[in-house]
Amino acid sequence: MTRNLDINVEHLTRVEGHGNIVVNMKEGRLEKAQLEIVEAPRYFEAMLKGRSFHEAAIITSRICGICSLGHQITSLKATEQALGLEVSEQTVLLRKLLIHGATMQSNVLHAYFLAAPDFLKVGSVFPLVATHPEVVLRALRMKKLANDIGDVVSGRAVHPITPVPGGFTRIPTAAELTELKRKLEEQMMPDLIATVETMKALAGEIPQFERPTEFISLRSDDDYALYDGDICSTDTGRVPDSQYRRMTNEFVVPHSTSKHCKANRSSYFVGALARWNNNHDRLCDLAGGAAETLGLKPGCCNPYMNTIAQVVESAHCAVDSVAIIDRLLQVGLKDEEPNQEPTRYGTGIGATEVPRGILYHEYTYDKQGRITAANCIIPTGQNLENIDDDMKKLVPEIVDRSKEEITSWLEMLVRAYDPCISCSVHMLDVDFIE
Amino acid sequence: MAQKPRVAIFDFTGCEGCELNQLNFEDQLLDILAHVDIVEWREAMDDRPGEYDIAFVEGSLSTPDCIKRIHEIRRRAKVLVAVGACAVQGGINGMKNIRPIEQVREEVYGEDKYLFPTLPALPLRAVVKVDHEVRGCPMTQIEFLKVFTALVMGKEPIEPTSSVCTECKLKENECVFTKGMICLGPVTRAGCDAHCPTFGQYCTGCRGLVPEPNLEGMKEILVEHGLSVQEAWKRLQLYNAVELEGVRS
Repeated sequence: MTRNLDINVEHLTRVEGHGNIVVNMKEGRLEKAQLEIVEAPRYFEAMLKGRSFHEAAIITSRICGICSLGHQITSLKATEQALGLEVSEQTVLLRKLLIHGATMQSNVLHAYFLAAPDFLKVGSVFPLVATHPEVVLRALRMKKLANDIGDVVSGRAVHPITPVPGGFTRIPTAAELTELKRKLEEQMMPDLIATVETMKALAGEIPQFERPTEFISLRSDDDYALYDGDICSTDTGRVPDSQYRRMTNEFVVPHSTSKHCKANRSSYFVGALARWNNNHDRLCDLAGGAAETLGLKPGCCNPYMNTIAQVVESAHCAVDSVAIIDRLLQVGLKDEEPNQEPTRYGTGIGATEVPRGILYHEYTYDKQGRITAANCIIPTGQNLENIDDDMKKLVPEIVDRSKEEITSWLEMLVRAYDPCISCSVHMLDVDFIE
Repeated sequence: MAQKPRVAIFDFTGCEGCELNQLNFEDQLLDILAHVDIVEWREAMDDRPGEYDIAFVEGSLSTPDCIKRIHEIRRRAKVLVAVGACAVQGGINGMKNIRPIEQVREEVYGEDKYLFPTLPALPLRAVVKVDHEVRGCPMTQIEFLKVFTALVMGKEPIEPTSSVCTECKLKENECVFTKGMICLGPVTRAGCDAHCPTFGQYCTGCRGLVPEPNLEGMKEILVEHGLSVQEAWKRLQLYNAVELEGVRS
């Protein structure tokens, strides 16, 4: 095979942020296959310097609108550890509920609005309004309810208001939570079951491609780890989150304004598929059944299956949200003031599973409670090297196909990771030159 | 029936939370789609055609490429609406302008700092004519619907000029200052229905400053409520660094 191939997808669509796919093959030899990140650099770490601990989470949630809740919670955990602020069980439960809402919202948005159009061979979700109205309405209904969790518990779903260091500025009422629970049970559950059926019908469109890699996610003893846990690798097992630098090893590459990462191999995978591979034994029965229906198996190394893993874990989030609300109502909601009296000033680390994978924030505070150093490591940044490695294996495997088909597979590959480029810095373009 | 307005949605340097807030009109999205044709929206669709009646633009301008693209968008759009704090007043990105740019680049990228071009973060109006604004971080959804409806009906949207305090009083909220917190409501532009104070948080100033703000008075109140002069100014800078500090290159 002596094919020449030049693909350059500039500003890839249906992803968050700005990236280009660039592939060059000369006489059958692959010279370049990479995702170029061309998002304008943001400089958040530098913007945080000197700011008050009250502002850290307000600023870092603006790294990304889609992941704002994840950044906020991770930031609060890092600040609380650095300042020695204890939080109550109620605060932890409300935060876990918020993470479930944000995870469902993001996963539904990705599966229906960003990924599904590829399976149905249309350019966006908008044509589906006419051809598949019941599916679009279901997606909107699910997204709305997931966002309702954010609205009720945190004031709004994008850039939440009430979560602050040490707790919440407003506690939801029992009536509000009861209503959420009713909607989760009566509306979200049937919609999730229907979603699994829809995805099953589309599963034949998922490309068959495998590449063994290292999968890294949080893992805890008692639940499907999202809010906290140890860092867990499919290669080397568990280490505490204080070891995060050893598990990320950020480095700069010229084709990306986002830094890349690696751990025990040349690259690793974070996100729903990594959580599935590490924590499938912690999922509830509904999610386990969904995985079986959708053909998702432990040890899966097909990156295109990440979308399926997102659907599976959304079922878990819905079921666990109801359990959390039950617990909150059973104990009784307390109108607690946030605990904002620091007991020390030092360094703290927060690690949280946000929809796209593990997110790390680390801050150091001076004695006035102002940030002297900050470091944020973003899931999409951690996935970039893995995406490049996937493309290098994928292109030679499908080189006999048409350029359009190759481009489409590459675009779908990048979309499967549900990249969030604003977070990592912004998204993707592919150009063909033959 | 007249042809539906062609709408395009663009993003520059920012978090895309305003765009997400447009996708988050779950209850109204299908009605919105019934009244306009969305012809370009990279975050949600593949198509990329040429001209549009209304362009909604999110984000600040912070690279040479941004400047080029915004001129192109302005040429093709009959009406250009800046959406969200980053586009309207520079927003949180403006904080990177406060310190010398070389220092900022070095802190984040180290010796690789010259790989990526960067400029001081600018609001859209610093570079092109902006016809209307939807403020907030994220953009205020009720305001977006008001501006959108007015434009679709061929009317001029009315932009608020009073402070968040006026809306907070109408909501009958307890004043944030009396709760022992600080607040930027007195100098921040209304239009959000005092959403943050209603949820127990102080106003962080995301909707930008009112016209002719009394900044000295604001600083005085913040200092009375426990902040140092320096800290008071920093809080004001959070979303408004471009207006308060100007831009140095």
